[in-house]
Amino acid sequence: MALLSVDELTVTFGARGRESKAVDGVSFDVDQGQVVGLVGESGCGKSVTSLALMGLLPDKGVKLGGRADFDGNNLLTMSRRELRDMRGSQMAMIFQDPLSSLNPVVPIGIQVTEILQRHRGLKGEAARKEAAHLLDRVGIPDPARRLKEYPHQLSGGMRQRALIAMAVACAPRLLIADEPTTALDVTIQAQILELLKELVDEEGTALLMITHDLGVVAGLCDQVNVLYAGKVVESADRHELFAHPMHPYAHGLLESIPRLDAPRGEPLKPIRGSINDRIAWAEGCAFAPRCDYYTMECLTGTPALTEPAAAGHQVRCVNPVREPVEIATLDAGDATVTAHGGKNA
Amino acid sequence: MLRLVIRRLLQLIPTLLGLSVLLFLWLNRLPGGPASAILGERATEADVARINRALGLDQPVYVQYWRFLKRIAELDLGTSTQTGQPVWDEFTLRFPATVELSIAAMIIAVVVGVPLGYLAARKRGGWLDVASVSGSLVGICIPVFFLAMILRGIFSVELGIFPSYGRLSTGIDATSVTGLATLDGILTGEFDATWDAIMHLILPAITLASIPLAVIVRMTRASVLEVVGEDYIRTAVSKGLEQKVVRGRHILRNALLPVITAIGLLTGSLLSGAVLTESVFTFGGIGSFIRTAIDARDYPVLVGFIMFIAMIYVLINLLVDLAYSLIDPRVRVH
Repeated sequence: MALLSVDELTVTFGARGRESKAVDGVSFDVDQGQVVGLVGESGCGKSVTSLALMGLLPDKGVKLGGRADFDGNNLLTMSRRELRDMRGSQMAMIFQDPLSSLNPVVPIGIQVTEILQRHRGLKGEAARKEAAHLLDRVGIPDPARRLKEYPHQLSGGMRQRALIAMAVACAPRLLIADEPTTALDVTIQAQILELLKELVDEEGTALLMITHDLGVVAGLCDQVNVLYAGKVVESADRHELFAHPMHPYAHGLLESIPRLDAPRGEPLKPIRGSINDRIAWAEGCAFAPRCDYYTMECLTGTPALTEPAAAGHQVRCVNPVREPVEIATLDAGDATVTAHGGKNA
Repeated sequence: MLRLVIRRLLQLIPTLLGLSVLLFLWLNRLPGGPASAILGERATEADVARINRALGLDQPVYVQYWRFLKRIAELDLGTSTQTGQPVWDEFTLRFPATVELSIAAMIIAVVVGVPLGYLAARKRGGWLDVASVSGSLVGICIPVFFLAMILRGIFSVELGIFPSYGRLSTGIDATSVTGLATLDGILTGEFDATWDAIMHLILPAITLASIPLAVIVRMTRASVLEVVGEDYIRTAVSKGLEQKVVRGRHILRNALLPVITAIGLLTGSLLSGAVLTESVFTFGGIGSFIRTAIDARDYPVLVGFIMFIAMIYVLINLLVDLAYSLIDPRVRVH
């Protein structure tokens, strides 16, 4: 059984009558030790999905539907107390902007030891020692000194490392990383991805990676789910997805990556329009208004997830793309290559 | 830290000098003067001139100013034209009452205001929120003397719980050490005097607390609402921390930063602006003395008082900065 099994998750914002569905029936599984990517552009519902799983959405004005079973228990119906015991110890989250995600007026040391005290009962010297060990583990030099410092005294990469140290402090079984490298510069991005990969390999932690960066996906994820307008439109393992993207959106995402080996002067190939140019899933395919392959068939109700080609490669499209994308230099096995290469390759 | 304190204290010198120049120019432009205030309407020109000569007011402004500076250098604020007593003595006699009243009012405002503002923010839109927001509006709008008279009418005249005026009952024989009646009783062991002083203090302190309380409730509420939406609070929650840790260490610690600044400024305004409260409760602080000094054009008292208040503002700001640097590492001074 999967460690995390998300089934038809819906998240609806707003008061009755003026509701908007940010997540519209998303299903995916994360197995023990697996790295699963949730990919899509801004506004596709990927961050909301992660917040819903962690129970971090506000109580008011939010309606949750579907199931999200973690180790057999539905996260969406858990009491606050159960969730509190679970967060930080069983599942932990790494956020996007490391500076704003750290409390500016509390030393790093306390921000690490407080979670050790909460879930592992460590206090005083023992907690400090373990915190120093954790900082060392995530590659922060001179941890004893850093423990006494405040977030503003650390560099961006160091802050993200500190947040990762907090997230892995209690050896959680599932780590959710919401665009953990977006706020960092490229070389630091590579280091952070390397670190995450290392932690996942060594500890056997499952990782749910939320990102818009296909380079990150290529370097890290085993399984990839592409989200569009709150629904999974394509789901496949990494190699399959990069070799044969079948949904026009996924296809377009891969084609829009600028290539270093492209002929001089060749224009970039963006996906036209924005996520605001969409129709409701109930009427047809939400991507249809931006799609180069669209036919009248696309406007006859929500397309179903099917497996038109390979087993385990699901696509929500009536006219799946059959031509492969040329990605010459993208090496799907190596995080360091993709992290600088991801956007340029 | 020490360097900051010294630098700030040195900054006091130009601040006070500048202020004193402004004061002298301004007082010089005021119609009337101590002579006509002392002698009344039917004073002859000769009498006025005689008094002005005695007070040194016949001299050009710069000469008066120079004399004033020389006196200040000897820590002499001059003599009150109303009472004939040294200004310094008048202040030390009256200021402790104002200090005591202001501190009591500030304690009430902080102890009630911060938790109330916090709860209002956390239960946003609830009855407590609505009540405290509209209550604080009333607190800001209601004239202080009016509130004072209502409180006195109900709690001392009708119900007789609290005394209606003064700082101590006439039967109480208290020894004065610091001039703060509540503290003196504790220091000398005269606990009945302390109790009596506290009972006298409560109504005026509540009255004086009304405005700072309202300001603190609103500021705390707004600040908590802002902090609750910050990313680091989400991080704290995602760590599964107990609610009391999230509230205390993560929310309140950040939310109180702007409130501390407000508390400093409010304390300054209480020390200089307790006039109405002191008058209604005949509390005998410095406020009512200053009011009569204004009527009497008592220049030495006015100049001394304004300079004194300026000094207090600078010192309070220094304290606020020190408090800030204790809780906010980003502005910490090394």
